[in-house]
Amino acid sequence: MIEQKVYFEDVQEGQEIPTLTVLCDSQRLVMWAAGSGDFYQIHYDKDFALGNGLPERIVHGALKHALLGRMLHEWIAPGGRIKRVACQYRGMDLVDKNVICKGVVTKKYQQDGQNIVELDVWTESEDGQKTTPGTAVVVLPSRGQ
Amino acid sequence: MTQSTLITDEMRSYIGRESEPVTVEVDKTACRMFARAVGYTDPVFYDEEEAKRRGYRSIPAPPGFLGHPVYNPARPQAGSYLPPFRTTVTRNLNGGTDIEYFDDICAGDVLTMTSKVVDLQEREGRLGKMLIIVSEMTYRRGDQVVAKMRGTLIRY
Repeated sequence: MIEQKVYFEDVQEGQEIPTLTVLCDSQRLVMWAAGSGDFYQIHYDKDFALGNGLPERIVHGALKHALLGRMLHEWIAPGGRIKRVACQYRGMDLVDKNVICKGVVTKKYQQDGQNIVELDVWTESEDGQKTTPGTAVVVLPSRGQ
Repeated sequence: MTQSTLITDEMRSYIGRESEPVTVEVDKTACRMFARAVGYTDPVFYDEEEAKRRGYRSIPAPPGFLGHPVYNPARPQAGSYLPPFRTTVTRNLNGGTDIEYFDDICAGDVLTMTSKVVDLQEREGRLGKMLIIVSEMTYRRGDQVVAKMRGTLIRY
């Protein structure tokens, strides 16, 4: 059984949430292709990627979106729920590098009986470039519940 | 004065026009494969009993997964989220994803998805001339809207 690690009362604006680092090697990208159904060759065929003017195979944007979702899930599970994850793919992440997911709480409030927490979320490349800036909304359980 | 060369009147005519509904199935194997691809170790995405203990109807769709369209080989375009735009730019990059959830989505759900183009823009970028297509997808279970997704596609 997974223990609840975070409750609404524990969260403060400005607080960083636990980082998630994932190596996006070719195996991960192929697993993503199968899992997502996105078989665009720029993600697993190097010749095809170079032929499209790219420097290498690139990490799927939607995989980075899903990794941000995993970071949030692992922070709020089992009692929390993700309401929204939004991000923009500003920079390319190349195959065989770590994608580092981060988040900071920007706002917390109660609305319609729900404990709502808003965050800035983003991915960074190994050299510290913010390649995927975004925002998220989650609902957290209360200690009193 | 800027001159638009990529966006035709025909393409503009699609803005706001809702597509035919596409059936999207969420099943256990697809949820598990998606979860494994993202690297989840939480059993909620693999074990239906654990999911039920945690208040889900079945294995929940992991964040970012909204099921797979049911393909019709006689109508290969039916799974596409986009109108049949004819453009000189044919290479695709994903520009952004925004998904809002209004309810749990779980294995066993059969959703209908409709899509519409909400914005078309043209820009000059490091990859040359780019067409930016913003679409909005609405996912329903019966009459209930369970999720909305806004996607930005870049053609170059």
